Amino acid sequence: MPINSVFDALESLLPHISKPVQYVGGELNAVVKDWDSVSAHWVLMYPDAYEVGLPNQGVAILYEVLNEREDTLCERTYSVWPDLEALMRRDGVPQFTVDAHRPVGAFDVFGLSFATELGYTNMLTAIDLAGIPIHAKDRGLDDPFVVAGGHAAFNPEPIAEFIDVAVLGDGEEAAIALTEILVAWKAEGRPGGREEFLIRLARTGNFYVPRFYDVEYLEDGRIRRVTPNHSDAPWRVSKHTVMDLNEWPYPKAPLVPLAETVHERASVEIFRGCTRGCRFCQAGMITRPVRERSIDTVGAMVQQAVQATGFEEVGLLSLSSADHTEIQGIAKELADIYEGTHTSLSLPSTRVDAFNIDLANELTRNGRRSGLTFAPEGGSERIRAVINKMVTEEDLVRTVTAAYSAGWRQVKLYFMCGLPTETDEDVMQIGRLAREVIRAGRQVTGSRDIRCTVSIGGFVPKPHTPFQWASQLDHESTDRRLHMLRDDIRSDRQFGKAIGFRYHDGKPGIVEGLLSRGDRRVGAIIEQVWRDGARFDGWQEHFKFEQWMAAADVALEGTGVSVDWFTTRERDRDEVLPWDHLDSGLDKEWLWEDWQDALSEESVEDCRWTPCFDCGVCDQMNTSIQIGPTGGTVLPLPIRRKEMIVNS
Amino acid sequence: MGRNQPDREVIPVVQKVRLKYAKRGPLKFSSHRDFQRAFERAVRRVGVPMAYSAGFNPHPKISYANAAATGTASEAEYVEIGLAAPVDLTKLLEALQSAMPPGLDMLEAIEAKTSGFAERLEASVWEVVVPKLDPEQAQAAIGQLLAREEVLVSRMTKNGLRTFDARSAVLSLSVEGTKTTESGLPCVILRLVVRHLTPAVRPDDVLSALCQVADLVLEVAPRVTRLAQGPLTQTGSEVGDPLDLDRHFIAS
Repeated sequence: MPINSVFDALESLLPHISKPVQYVGGELNAVVKDWDSVSAHWVLMYPDAYEVGLPNQGVAILYEVLNEREDTLCERTYSVWPDLEALMRRDGVPQFTVDAHRPVGAFDVFGLSFATELGYTNMLTAIDLAGIPIHAKDRGLDDPFVVAGGHAAFNPEPIAEFIDVAVLGDGEEAAIALTEILVAWKAEGRPGGREEFLIRLARTGNFYVPRFYDVEYLEDGRIRRVTPNHSDAPWRVSKHTVMDLNEWPYPKAPLVPLAETVHERASVEIFRGCTRGCRFCQAGMITRPVRERSIDTVGAMVQQAVQATGFEEVGLLSLSSADHTEIQGIAKELADIYEGTHTSLSLPSTRVDAFNIDLANELTRNGRRSGLTFAPEGGSERIRAVINKMVTEEDLVRTVTAAYSAGWRQVKLYFMCGLPTETDEDVMQIGRLAREVIRAGRQVTGSRDIRCTVSIGGFVPKPHTPFQWASQLDHESTDRRLHMLRDDIRSDRQFGKAIGFRYHDGKPGIVEGLLSRGDRRVGAIIEQVWRDGARFDGWQEHFKFEQWMAAADVALEGTGVSVDWFTTRERDRDEVLPWDHLDSGLDKEWLWEDWQDALSEESVEDCRWTPCFDCGVCDQMNTSIQIGPTGGTVLPLPIRRKEMIVNS
Repeated sequence: MGRNQPDREVIPVVQKVRLKYAKRGPLKFSSHRDFQRAFERAVRRVGVPMAYSAGFNPHPKISYANAAATGTASEAEYVEIGLAAPVDLTKLLEALQSAMPPGLDMLEAIEAKTSGFAERLEASVWEVVVPKLDPEQAQAAIGQLLAREEVLVSRMTKNGLRTFDARSAVLSLSVEGTKTTESGLPCVILRLVVRHLTPAVRPDDVLSALCQVADLVLEVAPRVTRLAQGPLTQTGSEVGDPLDLDRHFIAS
């Protein structure tokens, strides 16, 4: 049965809302397939506004991987702003895809990628607008299966009632595995209904189906245990790991949006995983081990992306891009190829200790030179030992002054506030560090025309990290420390004007903390606050802290637990954590020891250049570190269209 | 960062090309800035030898003329590009068309041999499809509007609420026929010729004026398409092709 576009109904609404272009699709490299020509229909969502969601790499990769299959089509949907939501509800227009404007409720699988927990209320809006029951248990045979992925899926317990499945880890092979199980189940005439399909997924050990697990609680509110209630559901569900990234060079033809988005560039992921061991960093813990793409694959992907999109900038993405074993060659050889073409490369995340000026010069040789950004994260040597971000003050000052003397005028420094064991003094050290950077910079350049921006946010403890047991700092203390630092910088006559200060107040961090380390009882808060109107919680202008706290009061009544219990409470070694049955490969004992090392300010090296520390991942997941150097080169792609149109 | 300007060779413009393009279907909701980004990327994808401005952030030499508003479709938009090497115009048009998103369609390329192009865009012909309005009602309202010397309308602009005359810019307005939308709404089709003035009078301003004089309420947003823009012909109420002068120059 063909599924009709809802565009005609939508078109009448678009003149009345802001930025209509974000809802019309029509991106270069978008794919629209005939509905009846395939047996699996996927819709993917990044649950935020189009301008934030479109550049998301996870969605972009799966969109291509799935659309390359003959038996599958894949479209995309994004969160609609409240102005359009109101009109859609008034006129009965359902949540739609931007590719063919098909109703989301008609698809087989509705996959959502959560980079942040603050997208949960937007998920409920989309499910509801699609006409799908928001509770998984109420869904019928023809409703889509709601599948959550992304980093937040490593603790999906707060959204357990709303999703059918969670997928942990890399999505490429997981999406294909799910599709094959779906296609087979549909071909057999959908035997056993929804339950049978979910059982087939659970049986693999790689898909988490929350309904097949029961959670019991102790008198004091802690979890007693989580047990499977179905014989085919495993005790623990494992993450997925793609082991040869050269075999998965996606996206090959990135989408080029008409609307302006937050990243106006093509992106090429140069490696996945990070073993620097920063203790606050969930991404670095759950994506282990490090798997590099080789220099020749990276070179081909960059050239293909530039040719397929026309972007002027290509971001070389990873968790710490200057750590790639062949980054210098990648930067130099690509700069040679793009000589004279106004094409620049960027490394969105660079460690101070891995950065050098030659590299920075190569990256910007043909293009625009924007500011440099570093993330020391902590202001004092002591707190950097606690978080295992072993960047010395000398390293930082040397690197930044080198950048100033090479012509950069603007350097941005990222920090966190509220780290475990942090004192007022640790935070005040940030101001001293910034002053030192400016003082040294003025000295080497002989100029007062240099700036440093300090950007600082509240730390949120995350599951599957050594800080998963830590107490989160309450928002009043976070704000007090940030204001102290702000006042100290602003009152400095000598350096204050050269230092910019940007900070985020502590309240959104408390809600993020609640959703990050929450258990199934937190789901009732999400539903309540969504019913009260919460939308776009990642946006300062939409986030309403008081609404969340009021919803928590209602939803947690009689449970004996509270928002503080989930956030500012330190956990004991023997507590059953809500995500203990979800296996990231990390050994809980190793995490605990690393937490104890943090408290005694002991650092850990990187296993790429020292012996293994037994974090557990490689053994548990049967994976291994994959790094170069490979000794390869960037081969120029042979296509030169310019000659075709130039008159000779 | 002024003191660290890179030494980049500035290549002079050796050829200027005027392009006509259309904005169709869902992409009528793209803004002028959206078109600019898409066009600059298309130019890079197909390797058009663009001339660049000098300076720290060099920009390709592209100038736009009188773009249709967001939400308005068009069959007659124009853009001019400055090139650092001469190109084959047929191949240029084909290459750009293949590199633009479907719906932003490149229609014609001609070498710019004359100046004063922007001044040649004196008026536009618009097709306005108005749902849920019957032809007799429309005809009567048009009669009332054209009988007036002046009709003041208000519109929110980026400088606040502006009030201006929407009548004097109207050179002609008539009922062309009827149609039914995909979702089954009956519509009347109007043809409108509007002179380009400052402040600009848009088709929706003329519709506001029409509603005002005839006491109409439009329940569903009308769908507007620019059919042509260019110099006024000698009759003073029709619009010619603004690329004709370049064509004549090349022909002679």
